[in-house]
Amino acid sequence: MVAADRIYLREAPAKLLPAPVASTGVVGWVRANLFSSPGNIALTVICAALIVWIVPPLLRFFFFDAVWSGADREACLPSAQNPEPGACWAFIRAWSSYFTYGFYPLGERWRVDLFFFLLAFGIAWLAWLGAPRRDIGAIYFFIVLPILSYVLLSGVPIIGLPDVPTSLWGGILVTIVVATVGIVASLPLGILLALGRRSEMPAVRLFSVTFIEFVRGVPLITVLFMASVMLPLFVPDRLAPDKLVRALIGVALFASAYMAEVVRGGLLSIPRGQYEAAQALALPYWRMMALVILPQALRVTLPNIVNTFIGLFKDTTLVFIVGIFDFLRTIEAARGDPHWATPITSVTGYAFAAVFYFVCCYGMSRYSRNVEARLARAHRR
Amino acid sequence: MPKMLQLPLRSRQQWASIALQAALVVVIGGLAYGAFINAADNLAKAHIASGFRFWDNTAGFDISQTLIGYSPSTSTFGRAFWVGLLNTLLVASLGIVLATALGFTVGIARLSRNWLVARLAGGYVELIRNVPLLLQILFWYNAVLKSLPDLHSSISISGGAFLNNRGLFLPRPEFADKFDYVAAALVFGIVATLAVRIWARRRQERTGQPPRTLSFAFGLIVVLPLLVFFAAGAPLSFSFPDMGRFNIRGGTEILPEFAALLVALTIYTAAFIAEVVRAGILAVSQGQTEAAQALGLRSGSTLRLVVVPQAMRVIVPPLTSQYLNLIKNSSLAVAIGYPDLVQVFAGSVLNITGQAVEVIAITMAVYLFLSLVTSLLMNLYGRTVGIVER
Repeated sequence: MVAADRIYLREAPAKLLPAPVASTGVVGWVRANLFSSPGNIALTVICAALIVWIVPPLLRFFFFDAVWSGADREACLPSAQNPEPGACWAFIRAWSSYFTYGFYPLGERWRVDLFFFLLAFGIAWLAWLGAPRRDIGAIYFFIVLPILSYVLLSGVPIIGLPDVPTSLWGGILVTIVVATVGIVASLPLGILLALGRRSEMPAVRLFSVTFIEFVRGVPLITVLFMASVMLPLFVPDRLAPDKLVRALIGVALFASAYMAEVVRGGLLSIPRGQYEAAQALALPYWRMMALVILPQALRVTLPNIVNTFIGLFKDTTLVFIVGIFDFLRTIEAARGDPHWATPITSVTGYAFAAVFYFVCCYGMSRYSRNVEARLARAHRR
Repeated sequence: MPKMLQLPLRSRQQWASIALQAALVVVIGGLAYGAFINAADNLAKAHIASGFRFWDNTAGFDISQTLIGYSPSTSTFGRAFWVGLLNTLLVASLGIVLATALGFTVGIARLSRNWLVARLAGGYVELIRNVPLLLQILFWYNAVLKSLPDLHSSISISGGAFLNNRGLFLPRPEFADKFDYVAAALVFGIVATLAVRIWARRRQERTGQPPRTLSFAFGLIVVLPLLVFFAAGAPLSFSFPDMGRFNIRGGTEILPEFAALLVALTIYTAAFIAEVVRAGILAVSQGQTEAAQALGLRSGSTLRLVVVPQAMRVIVPPLTSQYLNLIKNSSLAVAIGYPDLVQVFAGSVLNITGQAVEVIAITMAVYLFLSLVTSLLMNLYGRTVGIVER
């Protein structure tokens, strides 16, 4: 029996208590993300141990114990004040102009600098999605820039630019040239091949499919070997292209097959209605493609195109194997220099190269992710 | 005035199409013909033979790693081709197995709820994917393996192995005749385990009893061969590497070229496989996990029985292309002198014979064939993991 004066009904809402300290703020985050279960604690401890084991020695090697200046190998050998010298950055500094220009004549290096500037300008114009007149930018990048670059780098004696044979080019210059030629040539060729693969003309389709599948089925090395060994056989002696041009042809053909597949993916994502609408307007094939289909397809697939460029940029290192002095090859050459022969010269050289490639590729991949996010936002709207 | 004859639109397009195709055929045919004429001309001028007769000529060059018998003085170029191909297959197949294991681990780690684990895995993927493979191969070879101590100060590893800048020297197992029984027991164990698993799965479908085959598997695959091994009188001995003054005799050697290539290929491809796996797991909708948990499945069972089977559907096609990339990337062996197909055949054989057209054509055909076979196998596998839609 319940007494009448006992009331079990609450009349006012309970006072809100703050969440337990252990589930909010830093402590809560740490508990949820690092120490939520025994297994998790073990993982966290192992990872922390791994970080402690790896990171401080790396920092010491690359920064604190590193040798930043010096005239020759003596600076990078163990000494009284630096018994365990880290990375030999002095070596990179001593060779830096070789890494950038190769054997490009000293007096003409302004031409390379100008080329870098023109290229950066073109890339910025195309990559910045809000830039004015990007159509002119595309004309500049795909038509004007290649001609200008050729004139600048290779030289036209009539207008006062002496010839510089490609055998003197080297380092980052060659890496950038190979990558740029690959990009500039592969996009239009890739688009043509992708259209050819979807064409209704059997001969065109057969050619496109064969080319794409063949090139994608073999390693780049064999394509480069083919370009460098077989190409000279296939043309008359006097027309034989020089070594760099042969490698460029190989890289361009290789990249365009991969680009074709990426573009095809973009084309597949365009709904049929777009084609039908364009045909209903009586647009002929090429105008339909240029005005309706390709602008949409390329925009959708832009992240994939950039990813292909990243692959291409990394693949430029392979020209090393057919004897071209790209950036990696100049590192290989320099690390054998007896003036700088120390146990850490190789590691330093490779670390420097890795940083260069990482910065370029990571930058491109961040860009492609931004574009992807932007596209997704536009799509949702 | 008579109206001008105008072809109907459709047929005008058809004519244009035929003209374009004819032009393409003529241009390509012309280029091929010109290339052929020039090649014949250039080859004749350089006194280079053509055709495949070189295949049976004596090679005369040495190869550092041979899986089948090969001697420079008697073996043919054809034999050298097989040696190179087997070396490619060896490094590619080992690389595929290791990269798959590492890649799945890292891919799952990237999705871990443990922040530190996810970040470490993410850092690994970003770092490795953005540095060229060739640079990584050179790094492992020149900066790591070649900077190991030289022969005289070899690091000796317990168990009779040596490590120096010429490679890793391991004891070589030597099997007596009776070892065949052990091998037979092992094969029997594997087959029997598979049979038990099939039976257990049928029983589960019939009665709902979950299969408990782990102890069976352990007994059949590990214990049984061990018992046979001791019953047969331990028919196995080791030939230990012996440190001489100028080289190491006996034992078996793992070349630094091989190790560097394998390590670099594994680490590089694993980063890409990790991304494939991550994308595949993310593609399985959250509702599937929640439904599994609502049914009372534990997190391990949820992953194994619900998430992974569905993720595999998404994973297999891009995984195949990563395998193809690994096989093709193994050709970078040529940069550090691992005797793979490209180094032996498109390198040494081409330089000696000068028959660039034939050699490059064969090399490319082999890679095309390998790509085809791999795609075929993976498609078959993809069919088994593919979920049959209603």
